Amino acid sequence: MQELFRLTGTEILSRIRSREISATETVRACLERIAAVDPRVLAFRTVFREDALARARDVDEALSRGSDPGPLAGLPIALKDILSTAGRPTTCGSRILAGFIPCFDATVVERLKRAGAIPIGKTNMDEFAMGSSTENSGYEKTRNPWDLKRVPGGSSGGSAAAVAADLVPVALGSDTGGSIRQPAALCGVPGLKTTYGRVSRFGLVAFASSLDQIGPFGRCVEDVARVLRVIAGHDSRDSTSSPAPVADYVAELPRGIAGLRFGVPREYFPSGLDAEIGAAVRAALDKLRGMGATLEEVSLPHTDYTIPTYYILATAEASSNLARYDGARYGYRDAAARELGEMYRRSRSVGFGPEVKRRIMLGTYVLSSGYYDAYYLKAQKVRTLLKRDFDEAFRKVDLLVTPTTPGPAFRFGEKTDDPLQMYLSDIFTATINLVGVPALSLPCGVNAQGLPLGLQIIGRPFGEADLLRAGAALEAELGFRLRHRPQAILH
Amino acid sequence: MAIEIAEVRHIAKLANLDFSDEEMLVLSRQLNEILGYIEKLDELDIGAIEPTSHVTEVSHAFREDVVVPSIPVSEALANAPESREGHFTVPKVIG
Repeated sequence: MQELFRLTGTEILSRIRSREISATETVRACLERIAAVDPRVLAFRTVFREDALARARDVDEALSRGSDPGPLAGLPIALKDILSTAGRPTTCGSRILAGFIPCFDATVVERLKRAGAIPIGKTNMDEFAMGSSTENSGYEKTRNPWDLKRVPGGSSGGSAAAVAADLVPVALGSDTGGSIRQPAALCGVPGLKTTYGRVSRFGLVAFASSLDQIGPFGRCVEDVARVLRVIAGHDSRDSTSSPAPVADYVAELPRGIAGLRFGVPREYFPSGLDAEIGAAVRAALDKLRGMGATLEEVSLPHTDYTIPTYYILATAEASSNLARYDGARYGYRDAAARELGEMYRRSRSVGFGPEVKRRIMLGTYVLSSGYYDAYYLKAQKVRTLLKRDFDEAFRKVDLLVTPTTPGPAFRFGEKTDDPLQMYLSDIFTATINLVGVPALSLPCGVNAQGLPLGLQIIGRPFGEADLLRAGAALEAELGFRLRHRPQAILH
Repeated sequence: MAIEIAEVRHIAKLANLDFSDEEMLVLSRQLNEILGYIEKLDELDIGAIEPTSHVTEVSHAFREDVVVPSIPVSEALANAPESREGHFTVPKVIG
């Protein structure tokens, strides 16, 4: 039998259900793999060893009793450390939340447990999800399993690396400007940013509330579809969560690309695009054509205005959301402060890292008296223009195909001194959050150095079913997983 | 529009953050660089465009006003750096 840790989530589920393997064996294999490999990758912040084994025993007992332990029974899953876990540390990658123990589970965690999934632990991330390399973590620096000298991307770098290094078959991340899709691309795994409102944000530590969404990483697109099916749907505890019905994403997969029209936005293939990424995405487009798809060039004329708009709106929302870290109710407090104002300032200045402070400053500035119209209001208007671009494109086509990132995984320290360069890592992903539509990053090849490259498929609001069936069909055609493995973590 | 050090200091006060003089210099340079890039938006004629604050189509999410269990005070205070008699404790507010 193939090593257990190499199986897809979908294969694991069917083998557990048929009692070919037990949930306990599966969890043990995961824990052993983490113990053997994670000291080199540093994807996990916390591992729930005893909890996971206890849950696995419950699943095995339920199966031997003949009762249904749920659609994800026995599936090990990693959670980004931005998701609230009752009784278990949740740091959000920040020193300000060191030692913080939430008293409730995020809705997604609750739903996963109810479906029989087994949370294995919490993964590392850029502090408060602000970053594109996981170098902004207040803790360790996660390494890219394909080349340990390179970043895994961010901010959900730990989750992407955990799946890529075969530590877990599936993981959850969150995506505010590309934080699932960019690390998915850099680590060579599929990752989905869901439609705004599709997945409850209750228990997701807030960064930019009008942009944040939770989504899955998997070994394959079908894994992503299975996890999404469980976590999607209305939640009365998140007033922005949508009552739109949840499709049976897995049942839709066999339809492939039937009836779908693909658009290729010319602005996403600029002259400065990394040549190997451009070539890999174009080769994937040829595959689609070969599968009988119709492709047409479309235009999203305001693409160049994405990053300025994103960095105004995201930092403005962040400056407001992060005002709650005041040292009074939870998190780090500077005990030496003699009065309240000093306590706020000292606690925040010591507790937050440099990138978080930089973004709070930028956000406070763009919202401050006299500048609101020049920055915040203007950015909100440009957001309208960006949304119109997509509405227009989706009148002609059902899905859009673009590169996920402008370049492959970069080396540690390469962009840390230049925040603007780091921000440009999100150039193809951030618009999707501003517009609120879903997008899937799919590995589509490797470059000459053997680093994975990703393409992005973008769908209509709540069009996850179309997105995933097209993604799965293209994935089968590309055969990435069978051809390429991260060399750096092979035994 | 370039942002002066004095203004960066003012923003730091609004944001309840302290910076050393050295940090302040680096931060001013970085903020100016980012704001310079953001000025790209001035190329657009956006006078009559409606702003978008949220892309969701959910506008008023009403629910029944029913009492549901809430967490006990002891749990709510469990993460507090300091608490006393069922309350969060902070240093003195008025000097």
